[in-house]
Amino acid sequence: MATQADATADREEALRFYETEDHPHAPATLIGFWLYLMSDCLIFAVLFATHAVVGRNYAAGPSPADLFDLKLVALNTAMLLFSSITYGFAMLEMAKERRGATLLWLAVTGLFGIAFVALELYEFSHLIHEGATPQRSAFLSSFFVLVGTHGLHVSVGIVWLAVLMVQVAQRGLQEDNKRRLMCLSMFWHFLDVIWIGVFSFVYLMGTLR
Amino acid sequence: MSSTTSAQSVEAHGKDSVEDEPHGTFKGYVTGFVLAAILTAIPFWLVMGDVLGDSRVTGIVVMAFAMVQVVVHMIYFLHMNTRAEGGWTVLALIFTSTVVIITLVGSLWVMHHLNVNMMPMSVEDMKKHMH
Repeated sequence: MATQADATADREEALRFYETEDHPHAPATLIGFWLYLMSDCLIFAVLFATHAVVGRNYAAGPSPADLFDLKLVALNTAMLLFSSITYGFAMLEMAKERRGATLLWLAVTGLFGIAFVALELYEFSHLIHEGATPQRSAFLSSFFVLVGTHGLHVSVGIVWLAVLMVQVAQRGLQEDNKRRLMCLSMFWHFLDVIWIGVFSFVYLMGTLR
Repeated sequence: MSSTTSAQSVEAHGKDSVEDEPHGTFKGYVTGFVLAAILTAIPFWLVMGDVLGDSRVTGIVVMAFAMVQVVVHMIYFLHMNTRAEGGWTVLALIFTSTVVIITLVGSLWVMHHLNVNMMPMSVEDMKKHMH
């Protein structure tokens, strides 16, 4: 009798070819945001390809070895790497429902982000002051577009971070804010991944040529 | 038997919210950070100190370190795994990587050949072509 009931139950289980429960839409936001990041990745791929093609066309102007200060780039890289781990700490505090600590780590992340953008702007202004403007050669055009696009992304990320800090301060760590923080987390770590390509390919490989 | 299965599935779907997403662990972030710091420091040291002497070899090593570091960031900071979202994030990543590789290799390949074919000729070559 019991075996027969089990067999019936198993058959019912096996014959269910459709979803019986509604799926909440929160995870769909995260995979949607991931797909946005992948399309953003294609923008950077095109800019990297452009730089790979015209990166040696100096037009008798300055070469990467003449222009780049690798100590400054190393410092910049450290800023972005620190901001990545502090954002990770913010996410850990968020998981523990600690609003104050989350806001603190987000603020630290924002400061590292601002330091990164400030150092990059200093580098750009220094280059332009020396006459290495985007109009000087194809190498400098593609350099400014690629590195500038990354810097613009980081700047937008800082604005987004500030807005989310206000949201969390006012409304607390509720479901919506957590989802937003997780999207920004992906965005921030993604930008750090792009920066690996920038410092390796543009700065280090450029200086080697 | 069937009641256990349905109870498990209800529990699984009940947790199917933001709470369910991986936040990583303190140990994971620190491991990722230490690995990333090492994988960043070595290429900078190789280039700034001109350790290997050969720029071609250094270039290959720098790119190899970059690729490893990208994987480290993906695993420890972006929490990539084949199970998340039923494998769709990984599938999207594989598709994107394919397009990125085609874009990079294709651009370099085509433009390299274009450059080779547009090379200025020597006087001897020019004479050969004229006769």
